[in-house]
Amino acid sequence: MIRYALTRLGLLLLGLAVASALIFLSLRVLPGDVAQLIAGTQSTPEQVAALRESLGLDVPLWTQYLDWIGGLLRGDLGTSLVTGESVAAELLDKARVTVPLAVMSLTVALLIGIPLGVLSALGRRTAGGTALSVASQALAAVPVVWAGMLLVVVFAVWLGWLPPQGFPRAGWNDPGAAFRALVLPALTIGVVEGAMLLRFVRSATLQALGQDYVRTAAAKGLTRTRALVRHGLPNVGLSVITVLGLQIAGIIVGAVVIEQLFTLPGVGRMLVADVAARDLPKVQGELLALTGFVLLVGFVVDLVHRLIDPRQREAS
Amino acid sequence: MSTLKRLWNLGTGRFGILIVVLLVITAVVSLVWTPFDPAAVDARARWLSPSWPHVLGTDNNGRDIASLLMAGARTTIVVAVGAGMVASVLGLALAALGSLTARWIRESIAVLVDILIAFPVLIIAMMISAVWGGSLAVVIWSVGIGFGVNIARVTRPELRRVLHSDFVLAGRASGLTPWQNLTRHLLPNVAPVFIVQLSWGMAVAVLAEAGLSYLGFGAPVTQPSWGVLLSDLQSYISVHPLTVVWPGLAITLTVLGLNLLGDALREAADPTLAQRAPTARTHVPGVVA
Repeated sequence: MIRYALTRLGLLLLGLAVASALIFLSLRVLPGDVAQLIAGTQSTPEQVAALRESLGLDVPLWTQYLDWIGGLLRGDLGTSLVTGESVAAELLDKARVTVPLAVMSLTVALLIGIPLGVLSALGRRTAGGTALSVASQALAAVPVVWAGMLLVVVFAVWLGWLPPQGFPRAGWNDPGAAFRALVLPALTIGVVEGAMLLRFVRSATLQALGQDYVRTAAAKGLTRTRALVRHGLPNVGLSVITVLGLQIAGIIVGAVVIEQLFTLPGVGRMLVADVAARDLPKVQGELLALTGFVLLVGFVVDLVHRLIDPRQREAS
Repeated sequence: MSTLKRLWNLGTGRFGILIVVLLVITAVVSLVWTPFDPAAVDARARWLSPSWPHVLGTDNNGRDIASLLMAGARTTIVVAVGAGMVASVLGLALAALGSLTARWIRESIAVLVDILIAFPVLIIAMMISAVWGGSLAVVIWSVGIGFGVNIARVTRPELRRVLHSDFVLAGRASGLTPWQNLTRHLLPNVAPVFIVQLSWGMAVAVLAEAGLSYLGFGAPVTQPSWGVLLSDLQSYISVHPLTVVWPGLAITLTVLGLNLLGDALREAADPTLAQRAPTARTHVPGVVA
């Protein structure tokens, strides 16, 4: 186990190194002159030269990269060109919207995906099971933005139960309003992600139902359902853990789009605005933070999977 | 029974084929005829409800929504085919490099693919558009790169399996050159796995076009595109809620068609696959856009 964890940790570090190099290179090397890009076409050569110096672009590329990595190791993600604020501080501030949104979305996705996935596998020959399967297939094809718009039309415009967009100015000091502001966004991401999870759980359950151990359990007198619950579901759970990392990555990406739709002051909306404003140092820090988070989730999920699965535990 | 016939006999396959054919016909027809000029602004015809001759109504500029949707099908096809081509070239190149080369290159490629797969398409899109600004090319390249890595990950083990099979060995023994062996034995055997992935990848491209255009990283607002239309209409959602139904429905049907086509291709190519381990088809890295 320790050996596996160390190997996996090595892969994580390698992944972070590759990610940082790719993000750094794509934002600096491809365009030619970053200073010219930031200064715009109206600038004078002197302005561009001054900007280049203040950005530290006048030193060799690998020195710039090492400077950036050095800063990262000290917890410095860089500073914004526009506001001059620390990127890390802004990220932490915006995470107060995005993290609760992601947790709520994941909860909705799990609550939809797991029980309904098992049910649709058990009842695959009944009308209800088929309907669930068809509905999840259709939902998995829906663009998240559109799902959000439809939910706004129904729950905000027609029924008026929830706010159509926005986040209370007081933030979490007004917990009721803040929570209500996140319900529709979380429902949007959760339903679409939940539909994908449902399909996965369904096929994992179908596979478990066909296994010898479930048949043996049924043969020794358990009902099919009890055999599945006792022997099949632990295996389904293991498969679900393997896709959980991808699911969380999907939720983070969904949050970028959905924060835009619901004008929530979160990480995703900030990132989109920074990309549009070409605040490159800030975009660089934010993209690395997001990618790093996705890589970290994958690492944790793999370790947990290894720890829980007795077959894998014994193998190592 | 040919694969195509098996495909048609599966309900999902038939649905997928019909949707794709319908999409292509719509795009081709829109080149020569649409009910109205999709770009024509008509101040007297703003926000008409669905009625004759504007069967799906009009938008805030009095443009005919049905005509915009027809013209938008072209953009969808360009994105799906473009991203599909980038993904195929990149994916097959990585898979070939990851299985046919010297051991250390092979293993390095495998690790690289494992790392790159964690990069969500949206992040790649942002990296590109932070530098180049938004355009359809951003969508094509980001989905192409993101999905190409995915194709490589799935195709590489398959290629390695075939590489060590007896018929490839026999081919080599009977004097086929590596290139002949590749084109006669390796590629045809990898093709089913690859085509299935391609179908799902194109579905991802159509979804990504909607999401990225909505965020302003995709098609320019002047171009007829389903994603642009969706984000245009979103601003008026509280007054004219029903108009957003149409572009969303077009996107969903297309994605559903391509997804089901991929599922059916998978089943038609190898009937035993359905009983094997579950696959995370829709769990392609960060494609929720």
